[in-house]
Amino acid sequence: MRTIDVVSLYPKDMNIYGDSGNVLTVRRRLELYGYAPRVHMVDQDDPWPEHVDVILGGGGQDAGQRKVIDDLHERADDLRAMAADGVPMLMICGMYQLFGEYFKTIDGDRMEGIGVLGAYTIGKPQRLIGNLVEHSDEFGDIIGYENHSGQTFLREDAEPLGYVKSLDGAGNNGSDDTEGARAHNVIGTYMHGSLLPKNPAVADFLIRRAVERRYGAFDTDEQTPEQRQTLEHLDRVIRSARHVAASRPR
Amino acid sequence: MFAAVAIGRLVRFASRLTRHGGSALPGKVVERIDPGFLARTLGRLPYGVVLVSGTNGKTTTTRMVASMLTDLGLKVFTNPTGSNFTRGVVSALLTQVSLGGRLDADIAVLELDEAYAVHFVRQVRPRYALLLNVMRDQLDRFGEIDNTARLLGHVAEATTGTVVLNREDPRIAALAKLAPEGTEVRYFGLADDLKRFFPSDDDMATTVATEERAEAQDAGAAAGAPLSPSVDGQLPSGRGAETAGLSVDGQLPSGKGAEVGAVGSPLGGELSVQPTEGSAEGSGRDDSDAPVLPADVTLAAVGDHEATFLMDGAEHRAKVRLEGVYNLYNAAAALAVTRAVRPDATPDELVRAAGNVTPAFGRGEIIDVNGSPVELLLVKNPMGFRLALASFDASQATTMIAINDEYADGRDMSWLWDVDFTSLREGGVAMVSGVRAWDMALRLEYDQVPVGAVETDLDKAVERFVTEPGPLGRPRHIYCTYTAMLRARAALGRITDVSDAGVGR
Repeated sequence: MRTIDVVSLYPKDMNIYGDSGNVLTVRRRLELYGYAPRVHMVDQDDPWPEHVDVILGGGGQDAGQRKVIDDLHERADDLRAMAADGVPMLMICGMYQLFGEYFKTIDGDRMEGIGVLGAYTIGKPQRLIGNLVEHSDEFGDIIGYENHSGQTFLREDAEPLGYVKSLDGAGNNGSDDTEGARAHNVIGTYMHGSLLPKNPAVADFLIRRAVERRYGAFDTDEQTPEQRQTLEHLDRVIRSARHVAASRPR
Repeated sequence: MFAAVAIGRLVRFASRLTRHGGSALPGKVVERIDPGFLARTLGRLPYGVVLVSGTNGKTTTTRMVASMLTDLGLKVFTNPTGSNFTRGVVSALLTQVSLGGRLDADIAVLELDEAYAVHFVRQVRPRYALLLNVMRDQLDRFGEIDNTARLLGHVAEATTGTVVLNREDPRIAALAKLAPEGTEVRYFGLADDLKRFFPSDDDMATTVATEERAEAQDAGAAAGAPLSPSVDGQLPSGRGAETAGLSVDGQLPSGKGAEVGAVGSPLGGELSVQPTEGSAEGSGRDDSDAPVLPADVTLAAVGDHEATFLMDGAEHRAKVRLEGVYNLYNAAAALAVTRAVRPDATPDELVRAAGNVTPAFGRGEIIDVNGSPVELLLVKNPMGFRLALASFDASQATTMIAINDEYADGRDMSWLWDVDFTSLREGGVAMVSGVRAWDMALRLEYDQVPVGAVETDLDKAVERFVTEPGPLGRPRHIYCTYTAMLRARAALGRITDVSDAGVGR
């Protein structure tokens, strides 16, 4: 059985609004594709596991960000190198902000990010909050829930994850229709929900990149018929959940 | 004044007639035409106001305090229908005051939502405040959990007599600093061996964390390391990675280290918060030399409809009608504030009064359907859901879950991912319903819990769930969000007799 090492980064301090559902989703789908996922919880001062195939980071409160920031900067070179080398990563909300260049909070504090994503964030008094559907050419409709007071702006050459349909006060900053950011195989986004359970296209992107990087190609050779059936059933439930979620008020 | 009450009554009557439930609308009208109504009416009460707030257990605890104070001889005004907004209080007052604006009561016991509690204390300073906990609940409304604690800090600051705080919730215990000069601070607490039932909100005991922990402990066992005594397989009490490294001390099963660590900074600003146990980040795990705040009432032990409370160094056992360890902890909270109001009551009188409390509407309320019990369990947030699941043996009940996402429920479905549902794997979930039934079904899929049926129409789902024959004598549990509970209750009312709780559809 082919192992895939999944890192949950700072689960203790950066895991709010159910972001651990992303870890659960990557793990379960890997299993159902016939791989052997191994989840590593990496908090401050924990060493990296021997292999890192995919990294998942979540949201947190300002206090949580302050707790992880020093450790993050100690890992910054490793993370930048892994990102440049194609390691897929998903960074939600608070970790998305810290993967950008900096986050200037509403109190005027400035937290330096690690600059993997060409984005910077400014704290604002109003929260961007509510159900959200964004569109990406690669992933189709991405459905989730945003809740943040930091407004993120992309550098000119940076690519968003998706576009919001000119909703007032939605997305990265409520004004330029972008949501999230991408660089290499790294995705940053404000989408909670959790994001991956209802957006299997994004989950499968992370999974495929992880498998391709480690084993050369993605295949389902070791998938059992039961696993295939379970996955088909799961995907039917996902379609219904997406359908309802997309119809709910902001 | 006269006009305000009369008009308020009229609006209330009209809104009942039109079946809008009538909870808040009359309050809105009176607030507009007589803004001093609330302060004037409540300001006259000889024993003042008890304000109960916090994320979980407000309704149940408010009901307990009101019931106990009534047993102890006071005439109590309370807002019993879960209308925990300032307007809801005004509306409730309207039903009770004379047309001259007098409230015939000795004391008011009021449940208030955290955000509205702040509005309320600007108008009326409570003599007593009972602050229960802060947890991830409807964060979409309040922002972040530390912000919620800050809201409750305003309540502590405004309290004139006694502030009663949850010793085991570091964000709540830290509010002691905010009590004004001359205001007394008291605590309610838990015996050490019950703490495992109450993982802190900072231990987001998700399925991943639980399973990682189990693996880590398997590894630990294989290596001959002693296992933490807290492993119950049901109620995850610590983080995976953390437990992997630290469970060997077997000392503090509830993941206190993480909890105390979190106290260091959350409130910020003018609040320089000291950890309540231990003095430095992470040191809370070794609580042998940490000062423990004395609690006025400690929940010492729990049994089947039975609880033991420690007061003044002596244990007092009470027969109770409430279920679930979290309700018994709420009873400790209620006892602590009741003692503050009635210092002359003996512990025996107090525990007897605690024994008379019945479960609140929709909070463990049992409705009989053709001789078979159906229990409604309100779940509003991850912690409440986890505690509710941990309170019952899932294999001994037939389970339904109904999740709505109306404003009162919270629009954000993320919280379902912060609940570990693996305890339902064996028994499965017979019915999943509510607006967000499919989100719930998906959540259960990822925890590999078998689902019998998904029916988004709650009326149909309830009817089918309670009328389909099940195993003889096995109770049915419906876990539901707030608006789903109202709807499920109404649906049950069409099938069987459900007492009028004073809440509309």
